[in-house]
Amino acid sequence: MRQTPLALVVTLATVVTLAFLLLPIVAIFAHTSPRHLVDQFSNPVVRDAFVVSLKTSLLAQLLIVGFGTPTALLLAMKRFPGHALAVTLVELPLVLPPAVAGIALLAAFGRLGLLGSSLGALGISLPFTQSAVTIAVAYVASPLYIRQAIAAFEATDPNLAAASRTLGAGPVKTFARVVLPQARAGLIAGLALSFARGLGEFGATIMFAGSLQKVTQTLPLAIYAEFDQNFDATLAISGVLILFSVALLVALHLGLTWQRSSSNASASLFGLTSSS
Amino acid sequence: MATLKLERIRVPLRSYELELSLEVASTVALVGPSGAGKTTVLRAVAGLISPDAGRISIDDDVWFDTGTGRNLPPEQRQVGLVFQEYALFPNMTVRQNVNYARGRAADDLLDRFGIAGLASAKPAQLSGGEKQRVALARALAREPIVLLLDEPLSALDSHTKASVRAELQDLLAALEIPVLLVTHDFEDAAALADKVSVIVDGKIRQTGTPGNLVAAPADDFVASFTGANLLDGYAETTPNGHTRIRLSDGTLVATADRAHGQVTLAVYPWDITLAAKPPNDSALNTIHAPIRGVTELGNRVRLSIGPITAEITAESRERLDLKTGQPVYASFKATGTRVVAEHPLDDDGHKHQRQPD
Repeated sequence: MRQTPLALVVTLATVVTLAFLLLPIVAIFAHTSPRHLVDQFSNPVVRDAFVVSLKTSLLAQLLIVGFGTPTALLLAMKRFPGHALAVTLVELPLVLPPAVAGIALLAAFGRLGLLGSSLGALGISLPFTQSAVTIAVAYVASPLYIRQAIAAFEATDPNLAAASRTLGAGPVKTFARVVLPQARAGLIAGLALSFARGLGEFGATIMFAGSLQKVTQTLPLAIYAEFDQNFDATLAISGVLILFSVALLVALHLGLTWQRSSSNASASLFGLTSSS
Repeated sequence: MATLKLERIRVPLRSYELELSLEVASTVALVGPSGAGKTTVLRAVAGLISPDAGRISIDDDVWFDTGTGRNLPPEQRQVGLVFQEYALFPNMTVRQNVNYARGRAADDLLDRFGIAGLASAKPAQLSGGEKQRVALARALAREPIVLLLDEPLSALDSHTKASVRAELQDLLAALEIPVLLVTHDFEDAAALADKVSVIVDGKIRQTGTPGNLVAAPADDFVASFTGANLLDGYAETTPNGHTRIRLSDGTLVATADRAHGQVTLAVYPWDITLAAKPPNDSALNTIHAPIRGVTELGNRVRLSIGPITAEITAESRERLDLKTGQPVYASFKATGTRVVAEHPLDDDGHKHQRQPD
């Protein structure tokens, strides 16, 4: 086969792109042996940051799923005046610079903020607490889940929900047994992306929650704090975060391909293609 | 048997308003072209959409009434709705699909529909005919007091269709509840229903037994829908009081109906006789033209000759040795024709626009 100049350029560009993406990842692990990585867990800074990250991330994702799922369902199923505006609002944190999001959260929930005095009256002060980390993460990561969830609900077959209703099932049973199973893959994908984004959150967190070890210092904040003093520790934390992200990505792809191939396999097994 | 009543139902659709009343005891077919509002009627009965006005009841049980504001949600109306594409739950097995309505085992229905062997299969693994049986079993598991069928045969290939149609005929004959089915195919409607309502642009044009509609179509649309040839021409009264219609190619056709001016004449394909020689009987209408095309439909054959289509048995075609391009005499009696539309001329002498079909 004769290579055209164009094919050569395209291949070269692809190789450069992939190498550019891979090289920094390789560099991290070139600097830290797996042994060294494990050793760093005895470092209290790393351990504390890991605990703070895990706690706040899980809590934030719980909030995102709890509030985001009904929101996505409503935006996917109903058209109302201001619908487009609502969808844009949901996507806003995606384009907002994280530092701006942090300042905005301070302006809203800070002591001198919009809701600050009302919260203060209730004896609640949010900034620079672990709750502030959770709020910052939820704010920044939520669009990744909600956008995906809207798409997943929109892709469900309305006739299946209608069939469920005519078969005597109310809205709750219809959602749980007919709508949710159809949207599940999309929801899981959205959750994985949102989790990964939340875990890496830096800008909004440092503005709104600060970087106090054991309280608000998450893994990315610890990387920043240790950068000057202990470069080895920062490499180790980075390694942990990379492993986590890769694991999420692999789980996501495995989960999605598994679901796709299982339905294809059963159809081809019988020499039939799905007609629906 | 109970009676399902739709009284002055009004639903605004994209380009027109659906507005009809309908009474369903036994089996009624709502037939019409796609987009006529057929499925909307089923959805209104099932409670999946709410009409702007009207009343839907079954005997004393009122499901919907804009007069009183009553509007039961779908799960409180005991209907079985079989969707056009069946809408089987893809993540559930055949058994789980059928059990869904009851919340308990429905193996009796699996046996009755001959799908017990498929109980653990997923819908994606089923053929069209099997899917339909599952959909019917699932709808009946609801123990409905009204059964609604949306285009029950349209998703099937022609080979499966004949056997499923026969199965469906047996099932409907055995059911003791009113059945409302919608289809765009008059033949399917005639095969399955006791009464047929023709719906066009959201309004019912004619209701009757399939035989009624064929014998006396109310208008040109109903005539063409039931399979008739439609011939446009100009009707004149002869000195001895008979009506003659001059077709656009100059052929004169006698009809038993009275008419004057621009008309549309319906002639059914099975009322047309074909012959190689001109018929001796001068009272017959005759069209002499070459055969334009031949379509075989099982043991019947449809031939297009000039402006009309004739339907004869495969046997007669064999005997007459009819081939495309060969000139033939097509004849039909004056009593075999119906004037189905008179088009009054407007001031410019142009005829009014016919309803698009």
